[in-house]
Amino acid sequence: MDILQLIIVIGVLVLLVKPLGTYVYHVYSDQPNRTDRLFGGIERFIYKVIGLKSRDGMTWKKYALSFLLTNIVLVALSYLILRLQGSLPGNPNGIGAMEETLSFNTVISFITNTNLQHYSGETGLSYFSQMAVIMMMMFTSAATGFSVAIAFIRGLTSRGSTIGNFFTDFVKSHTRIFLPLATLITLVLVALHVPQTLQPNVTAATLEGATQSIAIGPVASLESIKHLGTNGGGFMGANSAHPFENPSPLTNVIEILSMWALPACLPYVYGRFAGNRKQGWVVFGAMMSLFLVFLATVYTAELHGNPVLNNLGADASQGSMEGKEVRFGIAQSSLFTAVTTAATTGSVNNMHDTLTPIGGLVPLAEMMLNVVFGGKGVGLVNMLMYAILAVFIAGLMVGRTPEFLGRKIEPKEMKLIAIAILVHPFIILAPTAIAFLTDLGQGAITNPGFHGISQVLYEYTSSASNNGSGFEGLADNTPFWNMTTGLVMLLGRYVSMIAMLAVAGSLVRKNTVPETIGTFRTDNVLFGGILVGTVVIVGALTFLPAVVLGPIAEHLTIR
Amino acid sequence: MTNSTSSSGSNGSLFMIALRASIAFILLCGIIYPLVSTGLAQLLFPHQANGSLIKDSNGRIIGSSLIGQSFTDPAYFQGRVSSIDYKAEASGSNNYAPSNPDMLQRTKDSIAAWQAANPDVPVSQLPLALITNSGSGLDPHITPASAEVQIPRISKLTGLSADTLKELVKKHTDGRDLGVFGDPRVNVLELNIELSQLRK
Repeated sequence: MDILQLIIVIGVLVLLVKPLGTYVYHVYSDQPNRTDRLFGGIERFIYKVIGLKSRDGMTWKKYALSFLLTNIVLVALSYLILRLQGSLPGNPNGIGAMEETLSFNTVISFITNTNLQHYSGETGLSYFSQMAVIMMMMFTSAATGFSVAIAFIRGLTSRGSTIGNFFTDFVKSHTRIFLPLATLITLVLVALHVPQTLQPNVTAATLEGATQSIAIGPVASLESIKHLGTNGGGFMGANSAHPFENPSPLTNVIEILSMWALPACLPYVYGRFAGNRKQGWVVFGAMMSLFLVFLATVYTAELHGNPVLNNLGADASQGSMEGKEVRFGIAQSSLFTAVTTAATTGSVNNMHDTLTPIGGLVPLAEMMLNVVFGGKGVGLVNMLMYAILAVFIAGLMVGRTPEFLGRKIEPKEMKLIAIAILVHPFIILAPTAIAFLTDLGQGAITNPGFHGISQVLYEYTSSASNNGSGFEGLADNTPFWNMTTGLVMLLGRYVSMIAMLAVAGSLVRKNTVPETIGTFRTDNVLFGGILVGTVVIVGALTFLPAVVLGPIAEHLTIR
Repeated sequence: MTNSTSSSGSNGSLFMIALRASIAFILLCGIIYPLVSTGLAQLLFPHQANGSLIKDSNGRIIGSSLIGQSFTDPAYFQGRVSSIDYKAEASGSNNYAPSNPDMLQRTKDSIAAWQAANPDVPVSQLPLALITNSGSGLDPHITPASAEVQIPRISKLTGLSADTLKELVKKHTDGRDLGVFGDPRVNVLELNIELSQLRK
């Protein structure tokens, strides 16, 4: 039954790719289509309100400047709200202002689509902050990521000097994708028992005569966009393990598909833009084959359980249930873990710190590779970056100028791609080393032995890949951790985004080279294999030493 | 300089567009969207939207069918380990790593406590799942096997027959969602509410 439910969810996802991808393509292709009549009016109104006079395409520099300016303003306004939340309305549980470094970390975390949370939602945020900062940034950061990915695709697949208009992409992401889908999923989740209220916490007189205060709030409206936007920050501290955020296996499946479907349809969208759908399916196939290996690994490891506890003589047939919920069991927990770190959502329905060492290696590795589907747009951009690298390497091997989609790949592009690929391991491994060398960093470790290494490594990997899940035992709400992870999240998000827009801006100006018999094809299984090989080899060369010190060493000690 | 014929004008006017867009989307996504969602949810599904609360005959709130409660009386079915003792104003757990010695000690203590309270049931029948900490610390469920192994103890303490209790557990066992998703489970609070009525 476990295997069957996994297959069904994956099957539904695959069936969603084409219809959803076609819709997304029409949203951004800027050609007239039927949905214009539905959304055109409200969009023109928004363009008027924000003072957008021209909807012409932008150069990559202008596109980058536009999204950066918008993100900076959102950060500034949100920081003010968090610092002032104690005196703002919408605070029935009387929560005070958030501390400076924690506010810094929180706004960076949400604008970068990371959603690392060093606070606990129930006690750290007013309802107003949950809505006007958290939910708002869940929309805007997802829309930013999606827009940048589309601009990158335009750069690869069209000719001219511009890669689209950021503001129209940004507005349309909201009006045609995130707002309608989020409202729909919110209502479905409420029907399936996720709360949505502005009332303060509930007080219950329990069966044994004690009092139980139950945190509640506008949970469903956050839950839907948290997954659709691959954000991942929970309303409650326990995130999607909390029964109010994720009450049943059915809501679990809905949340999984919500976070997975949009990233999974992007390769198809890319194939449509390229005018060659096979290009898209090859990338999708590469992502899916990596994903299946990861899912099988975490499922097997968790089902096998923790040998230390299994040896105590109790009935261990259920697998490792520490940190997991009974309603999800091993299958739905493993699937959620594999998807949330693939799609870089970072919500959790079980505690990743408590996963078996090999089970915990899976989310860590998926975030290190950062290309298995990936978050709103970023995953596809990273995967295409590896595709260009694969073409480059293959081209070197046969001794001809590498081409991608008919364009010559030259030193300028390769330099930018090298920066984007190298910055990821650098901002993971350098701060990890710094944390181990300082008392400020070491003080946060709560699990002794090799697992402590995994805790620190996971925190920075999650920050760098803008995932946001954690080995949550780490006592990370200190100025040291708030500042360092804040900086890592910023670099992890914007360096690769800007580098990739620059690549797009360079490629869009190039003349296409006619296809000949000698052209290296990028739309077949062979290329899919080379792509997966490139990702795995680069990832293993970079991260294997760190991984051996953490999860693998722990695995060997508890056998 | 502004209003130039080029696409959205100078960098200064780009900033103004960014500022206005930010305010517009704070209003749209941060205020209007959650408020409209709340309104629709309260209108269409008031019971679910307010936390699926369980009330007694006098209308007093006993709890939520989604949130577990702490049971110390051995004559009740016990839920899973909760490091926050089912205090639902917060949520979470210890996040013990699989190699953490404190978790090993906690599990050994749980087994010893189990043996003392359930001398008739061998440890080999005790599901490990029952003595592990849930991720949320508020798990309302236990596995059907975890409920069944508690029947001998509860039967002895309440005088209710094992068959009656078996029926009761069966009645409160939820199958997989749509017949395939998730794991079968027993809601401890709902089970104990009916048990307390039988005990009267």
